[in-house]
Amino acid sequence: MKFRDLTELAWRNLREALLRNSLTTLGIGVGVASLVAMLSLGVGLQEMANQRLSRSGLFDAIIVAPRTNFRGFGRRAQDNDGSSVPGGPLDDEARKALERLPNVVEVYPEIRFPTEIRYAGVPYSTVVAGVPESGQRSGAYDGMTGTFFSGPAADEAILQIEFARQLSPVTSSLIGKELVLRYAERQALPAEPEANNGRANTNGADDAGLSGGFSVVPREEKLRIVGIVETEPASGFGGVGRGRVMIPLQVAEKLRVAQTNDFRTMLGARPGRNAYQSLTVRVKSPAVVKDVEDAIKPLGFATYSLLDATSNLRQVFAVFDLLMGIFGSLALIVASLGIINTLVMAILERRREIGVLKALGAADGDIRKLFFVEAGVMGLIGGLLGVAIGWMIGFGMNFATNTYLRRQSLPPLKVSSVPWWMVAAAIAFSIAVSLAAGLYPASRAARLNPVEALRYE
Amino acid sequence: MTPAADGSAIRTDHIARHYQMGSALVRAVDDVSISIRLGEFVALLGSSGSGKSTLLNLIAGLDRPTSGGIYAHDLNLANMSSQELAKHRSHTIGIVFQAFNLLPRMTLEENVELPLRLAGVDRAERGSRVRDAIQHVKLGARLTHRPSELSGGEQQRAALARALVNRPTILLADEPTGNLDSATGDEIMNLLREINESLRMTIVMVTHEQPRAERFAHRMIQMKDGKLVSDGESR
Repeated sequence: MKFRDLTELAWRNLREALLRNSLTTLGIGVGVASLVAMLSLGVGLQEMANQRLSRSGLFDAIIVAPRTNFRGFGRRAQDNDGSSVPGGPLDDEARKALERLPNVVEVYPEIRFPTEIRYAGVPYSTVVAGVPESGQRSGAYDGMTGTFFSGPAADEAILQIEFARQLSPVTSSLIGKELVLRYAERQALPAEPEANNGRANTNGADDAGLSGGFSVVPREEKLRIVGIVETEPASGFGGVGRGRVMIPLQVAEKLRVAQTNDFRTMLGARPGRNAYQSLTVRVKSPAVVKDVEDAIKPLGFATYSLLDATSNLRQVFAVFDLLMGIFGSLALIVASLGIINTLVMAILERRREIGVLKALGAADGDIRKLFFVEAGVMGLIGGLLGVAIGWMIGFGMNFATNTYLRRQSLPPLKVSSVPWWMVAAAIAFSIAVSLAAGLYPASRAARLNPVEALRYE
Repeated sequence: MTPAADGSAIRTDHIARHYQMGSALVRAVDDVSISIRLGEFVALLGSSGSGKSTLLNLIAGLDRPTSGGIYAHDLNLANMSSQELAKHRSHTIGIVFQAFNLLPRMTLEENVELPLRLAGVDRAERGSRVRDAIQHVKLGARLTHRPSELSGGEQQRAALARALVNRPTILLADEPTGNLDSATGDEIMNLLREINESLRMTIVMVTHEQPRAERFAHRMIQMKDGKLVSDGESR
């Protein structure tokens, strides 16, 4: 018998016992819905965690340092990659070389310094951090009060809300106001002739060669407050970027603020060249971190990333999803018993009909396929129904969570997510389970003796 | 289907069908050897339990003999797989039953189309074959009616159309007039005779109505307790 004829006959048979078959199909639908709801929760939480981690800047960033600087990470420099390439200075030339590497979005130094802020004539001690342009795209500033920096070199500041509350109880009133940043600027001293043999240096983004060392001069910079952010945004790991007053990175570099490690790095670079203690290389996605690291190491620098942490996280979520899937599948397994029951009942009711079909030329295989298709059709409809119900449950979970979060004045979350692959997988699984449930009834129907079946009243 | 070398459509060779019922052995058909020629109209007669329906089921390939050979156009059904038997039923045999056995949820047209679906006949070809078969039994006006909307005689004619639609060479009828009144029974018998004569179709009909068998069949085979007791031409 042709597949189309089989399907038509199966559909006709299913419509005959409409109530029973509908209830059985609904049972499958509830089973699939439970599976989809469970998995959507697992996937939603995973996506949320991935998004949060991605926004944290922890997993798409590589810290690059001269080889000698990596002792601080608890390992010897040469152990970092086993490379025998001699370490070079991490200077502007190296920064440009890093920027040219494929999949690199941005390369910037980490600038973060404790300083004093004056607002309305009152001094406050705080930490200022330079925010790279990519900071806006990280999502950490989504939902902020006010706006992000108008440009990469704008004399503007974004305040972390706790700090903003210190300045004014009505934080939104701070937008557009001016504050004064007081800081210590490094100024280059003229180079001594003997010092030019290899001992110059600066930290951060110094422009002129400080081969002869530097002096520190107090300075002030006026900044306009443009935004207030709820969370404390991080632009990288290792504390980089964590500050309570955020300013554009270019502005931070221009300030040439003296930092505590200037003395140490001053001793390491070549004369006349700017050198950085470390640079953050931001890449397109966590997936390319390893490739970019592999490209950086031959340049003679040590690298560090949190790549292993993401793979561990994926593993944890894979186990979590598996457990959710198993619990979700239980309802579907129970529903499959309903299919067996329905089809076995159908065999009893249609015993004579099976005999007639065999007398008219149906082979055992045709009868088997007919019952199989009936089970498959119930699985398909149940699967579609289940995905719809599961999606609605997920929507309900998101709605309820966000209603609660809104009442707590917290930003919204997407705890449940139903991606397309889950829709396809759930329907396929529903059909597979239904076909498996149809195995026994189908083979029992196929084995019916036609003479006995025709005698059946 | 080509006729057998000896000109027979059906031949049984010491065929037996025994059942075990508890400790008793039931010999439903016991050592029966017959030969039915192509185009012959044969009536299988006997009282209830004589084994005539069992013999019909064996010829149809719905049941298998315990021993002996059963040949349809020289092919031994006893050696066939269940798949081959299904093909035999689909292409060589047409069957009508006492209880009509039309599927109640299908229309007349759909019931008649069923053997064509099972045989995998193309959809384009089915329509004309179904209409031809239905015209043959003069039910053209009842195409969309369900069996419950047809009289007993119409249902049996519909069953006949269903049996003919696959153009079999052998038509088996198990008590085809058993559920019909006398006049309608005669109508069906006339139809069977017309099919036998116009299509040269071999017909084996099980019945317990000897007078009717004598009127319409060429030959009458009498069975009793699973054995052949007489075999002769009707008057």
